[in-house]
Amino acid sequence: MANKVTIYIENQPYQVDAGLTILEAAKSCGYHIPSLCNWRDHECSLASCRVCLVKVEGARGLVPSCAYEVADGMKISIADQKATDARRTSVELLLSNHSFNCQSCKKNGKCELLNVARDVGARPDKYMGEKTETTLDFLTPAIVRDTSKCILCGRCIEACKKAQGIGILGFENRGFSTIVAPTQNRSFSKVPCIQCGQCTLVCPTGALMEHNNIDELDAAFRAGKHVVCFAAPAVRSAIAEEFGCKIGTNGTKRLAAALRRVGFEKVFDMNFSADLTIMEEAHEFIERFSKGGKMPMITSCSPGWINFIELYFPELLPHVSTCKSPQQMFGAILKSYYAEKMGWDKKDIYVVSFIPCTAKKYEVQREQFVDKDGIRDVDLALTTRELGDLVRRAGIIWNRLPEEEFDHDIVGENTGAGVIFGVTGGVMEAAVRTAYNMLTGEEMEPIDLLPVRGFEAVREATLDIKGTKVRIAVTSGMINARKLLEQIKDGTSQYDFIEVMGCPGGCINGGGQPYVFPSMLPNEDPDIWYTYRAKRAAVLYEEDKNKPLRRSHLNPDIKKLYEDYLGEPGSELAEELLHTSYNAKREQYPDVD
Amino acid sequence: MHIRPEARKTVLEIVDRYKDEPSPLMLILSDCQKEFGYIPLEVQEVISEATGVPTAEIYGVVTFYNFFTLEPKGKYVIGVCTGTACYVKGSQNVSDKIGELLKIKPGETTKDGLFSLDNVRCLGACGIAPAVSINGKVYPKVQLSQVDKILDEYRKKEEA
Amino acid sequence: MTKEEAIRTLEELGSAQCSCAKKLEDKFSGKDGKRHIVICGGTGCMSSNSKDIMHRFEELIAEKGLQDKVTVNLVGCFGFCSKGPFVKIFPEDTLYTEVKVADAERIIEEDIIGGKIVEGLLYVDPATKEKVTRQDDINFYKKQMRIALYGCGTINPEDLDESLGYGGYEALKRALSMTPEQVIEEVLASGLRGRGGAGFPTGTKWKFAAAQKSEEKYIICNGDEGDPGAFMDRSILEGNPVAVIEGMAIAAYAIGAHQGYFYIRAEYPIACERIKIAIRELTERGLLGDNILGTGFSFRVGLRYGAGAFVCGEETALLNSIEGKRGMPRPKPPFPAVSGLFGKPTVINNVETLASLPYIFRVGAAEYAKIGTENSKGTKVFALGGKVNNVGLVEVPMGTTLRTLIYDIGGGIPNGKEFLAIQTGGPSGGCLTKDELDVAIDYQSLQKAGSMMGSGGAIVMDEDNCMVDVAKFYMEFIRDESCGKCTPCRIGTKRLLEILTKITQGRGEMSDLDDLETLASATAAGALCGLGQTAANPILSTLRKFRPVYERHILEKKCDAGVCKDLISFVINPDKCKKCSMCARNCPVDAIHGEVGKVPYVIDTKKCIKCGTCVTVCKFGAVSKE
Repeated sequence: MANKVTIYIENQPYQVDAGLTILEAAKSCGYHIPSLCNWRDHECSLASCRVCLVKVEGARGLVPSCAYEVADGMKISIADQKATDARRTSVELLLSNHSFNCQSCKKNGKCELLNVARDVGARPDKYMGEKTETTLDFLTPAIVRDTSKCILCGRCIEACKKAQGIGILGFENRGFSTIVAPTQNRSFSKVPCIQCGQCTLVCPTGALMEHNNIDELDAAFRAGKHVVCFAAPAVRSAIAEEFGCKIGTNGTKRLAAALRRVGFEKVFDMNFSADLTIMEEAHEFIERFSKGGKMPMITSCSPGWINFIELYFPELLPHVSTCKSPQQMFGAILKSYYAEKMGWDKKDIYVVSFIPCTAKKYEVQREQFVDKDGIRDVDLALTTRELGDLVRRAGIIWNRLPEEEFDHDIVGENTGAGVIFGVTGGVMEAAVRTAYNMLTGEEMEPIDLLPVRGFEAVREATLDIKGTKVRIAVTSGMINARKLLEQIKDGTSQYDFIEVMGCPGGCINGGGQPYVFPSMLPNEDPDIWYTYRAKRAAVLYEEDKNKPLRRSHLNPDIKKLYEDYLGEPGSELAEELLHTSYNAKREQYPDVD
Repeated sequence: MHIRPEARKTVLEIVDRYKDEPSPLMLILSDCQKEFGYIPLEVQEVISEATGVPTAEIYGVVTFYNFFTLEPKGKYVIGVCTGTACYVKGSQNVSDKIGELLKIKPGETTKDGLFSLDNVRCLGACGIAPAVSINGKVYPKVQLSQVDKILDEYRKKEEA
Repeated sequence: MTKEEAIRTLEELGSAQCSCAKKLEDKFSGKDGKRHIVICGGTGCMSSNSKDIMHRFEELIAEKGLQDKVTVNLVGCFGFCSKGPFVKIFPEDTLYTEVKVADAERIIEEDIIGGKIVEGLLYVDPATKEKVTRQDDINFYKKQMRIALYGCGTINPEDLDESLGYGGYEALKRALSMTPEQVIEEVLASGLRGRGGAGFPTGTKWKFAAAQKSEEKYIICNGDEGDPGAFMDRSILEGNPVAVIEGMAIAAYAIGAHQGYFYIRAEYPIACERIKIAIRELTERGLLGDNILGTGFSFRVGLRYGAGAFVCGEETALLNSIEGKRGMPRPKPPFPAVSGLFGKPTVINNVETLASLPYIFRVGAAEYAKIGTENSKGTKVFALGGKVNNVGLVEVPMGTTLRTLIYDIGGGIPNGKEFLAIQTGGPSGGCLTKDELDVAIDYQSLQKAGSMMGSGGAIVMDEDNCMVDVAKFYMEFIRDESCGKCTPCRIGTKRLLEILTKITQGRGEMSDLDDLETLASATAAGALCGLGQTAANPILSTLRKFRPVYERHILEKKCDAGVCKDLISFVINPDKCKKCSMCARNCPVDAIHGEVGKVPYVIDTKKCIKCGTCVTVCKFGAVSKE
């Protein structure tokens, strides 16, 4: 139980927890103080935007409520005239150095700056003047950086440094010329950025956004191709948030309905190919484990993670499973097995994946995923946020959508094991369920692998599979993955099988997921910053629990796929279609001409 | 982006020099600036590698402080005033002439590292236009014919 | 006692001080039977070749075989920079000013050998035209009181023996005989306040840090002086480095720190070098390091360089800079005394503050507190500059009036011009007008008059200065030096400058004045650190005191001082024009036409770039600004 202190806001007494900042305390008392540079992590409070200034009796000048702790007897005024003016001036000054093309800005409607501007009553043209020189970087397939929108809050810098431990972004130059940029204001494509998009999740404006590819989808529709799509597990955990639903709402069935109405010829659930991945990956693990392959083996589903190990630990690439990610596997199957069955020419199929991820946009373009005819496994990857835009554009009212099923048509049937791929620990849990069966011919009971669930930095367990000990570890976020990799490098790693996901918490918190800006979510609890990942994860675990089939190897479509086409896991055809290689020679700082 | 092995060794030596100091980045950068006359990205990458500080952060520090430069400067920094008065009195010709003699363009440094040439903002010496400053010393009413003589002053200083 | 020997106990220090003092006394009094030439080694004089002058003296002394009879050495800054380089001869105490390398021979021949003062090199009082031979008789020095500048211009800053012979370490000796609490009490009793700008009571700062329980604490000497026109910290560091280190040691002892850092601008190479020498010598002699003088007190000092960012004078930005980060200020609280360098309790004191401590501990707090006014004790060093006859460093007791500073010490305004204003506190301060000349220099009075003490810049302006332009100058400085972290400072100063520029270009509207006022106040209220909070002071202060000047720029599009180029034009009075063509020949843009001896010259205002060359070159006063 935290100590309580009494504070006064506008002369009204309130009991609040000691140690809170004024901003947090005021929220618990029912006041909303606008803020921009403040972010969840305490240490991340730069107190630089000066949008949250309040008056504290006895303090010299106004104080930033995001960085000032409450004290017993403190008298605070938010409505104080000087504070109100100062907050408004800060916002007006930010607006004076901001590019005003809100109409076409993809952040429109989700922009914290615009929201704050309205709250403080800012007059956008109050202080016009010269603007800081700007840069527009759209060279990576994943992330677009437009400094003309940047307000230098520094949240992205901290996200990259604290979540991923990479520190791609930093402040550059000084004073009015200051910008936030990768080293030397280079493109993200010319620095060792893993394109995970965590920076886009915290950007309050349109300065850092996913590379929007909706135009390319339109071109495919216009070209009259067989435009088919599938949606990743984590998309269902968050898509409803795009339409104002509470965080933690399951969107699976409306998602299927929406995709059909947007115009896709076939709408599949990517859980199917997650099941397929498990078949290949569990097989690969058992092969390595029993025949003395490179150990520990590490999962390969997360493209941000693959970028990380290629750029920072290329010497450890042999530890990574050769399995393609579920996205790429699905594409490969659609353009081979499925195309054959349907009698379609693979050139006429346009495969779109909906994913919670920005790095997947990079993944679809990797040279390993283009076949000898120049055909890609997957043609386009669109994020959950872009999906939101598509649905709105189609005039669909989410809450009025009927509940429908994804297509089950040659492929598509899926299990609960595939669903939990969207959360950290899920791939491991699904793999263990199937590996157990492959090793013993029996089903693992109980089915839930609780030690790998949750959000602790590293979770580990030693499994006893009929006397065979298998040591596993699960982590997410590169700052944590780095530690496990250092262990492998030192030769001190204790594990046989490691699951790594690029984003902290896994795909449910992927760089392409809906924004969680508490100031714009009035119906969520004040502590939503700390709970949203668990709420999204709960959607997936609940769906798994309720699935009739929860083990990948029991998926009838998968069984049929192997019977009719692939043979068995690890077969020559499976190797060709479902496995890949990595690039150990990626340069961290490729020369700019 | 590749750094010469000797330069790499030098940077690592500098980093090692301060291994017992808490947060030695500024000391390392100061020494690198002294050693190389500037701190190019290649050097920053080596520092990053050796200290674990992200390159973006190092670059941010380098561009924050006026004392650090990303481009090498010569021992003698020549500033040709391009204020209006100097410009119309032919400072462009002076700049061209200096550039021709030193075989460099404005913003560049001679190969021997002796001279840098910059076209600078008004020196506030309009009455003695065109004005040229070399390491802070101001030369008034510089004629094209004088340029070589002025440069010789410094060349001789070097020989001596 | 030889230089190599370590000083291990208080007694050994006592005897070392005695023998050094005797040696120094002999030097100044001539009891050693020699003549001594000392030369100013401050940055100003060094750039006027004072080192070459010294070398020339050395050559001449060798040539004439005077090695046994004459010595020569550099000393710290004399302060009277506009008259440098200085050469002083002991024991006569003769002061030569504006000496050139070529003058060395004359001084050796006429004075050293011939025993005759070189009249031509003496200081001439501008008012009386009388020649003055001794430094103390020059008006500039008469009303000064040298406490922080103690030893500057007297002792050789690169010779520890001279420092020890001139009171060095006497104060630390006394402080070490007291408890840390007593030391803090003494500083509180002295009334000493921070000399770097904010004027926070030094003893109180120490008390906060002393109260923190921490194994590690730090004392930092802030030598990142950056106000344009202020250079007292540099002079002190160059002139008496040991005194500053001694002040740090006292502070360290009081708060329980064992490590100190100097943070000095890399642009001050001489200061850095002399501090380095002093640290080395003190360490070699056991006066820094473990168990100093056998008292159990250990103290080490490191040197860090400021790398060219004005904002690093702000203490939390300075901390970030030492920690290897961008020099962006941190929000306070936590205050550095609680969580400073590397998160440990840290006291950051300015050079001048630390340099005042040895005096306080030598003479006692009570004695020090007698100097100055009720709330502002002691002395303050000012860098007097601008439109004043005597430019240089001036140390005066608190409570001295601006009039004394400008007229008695500064020798008044040159060329018979009218005094307009004095800017104190640099870019963070404000201006004071003719009506405020009798304001006393102390923290309260200056603040009450709408300015501040700041770090001690004092720039005098006369009728030829435009106060809008002055405000613009400071705003440009701040715009360039803003770290860019917080919104009001990063963008606010830029917008303020844009409005001022508009006004000086004749595009101003009356509503701009309201905008200036609102934005300036909002910037002050909203900025994160001291730099931003005071950034708009020059605007607010000039707006308050010179509003009609602003209005004239806006309503009449006139700049009466003739500074704002877009608002002035040059004309040649045809009656006064002697048709000599001087102006036309010197015009950089061929904007002046006429005919020698025949047609009076006329300026083509369309071509004219308003550089003012014609005014300067016309011998007949025919060209004027309008």
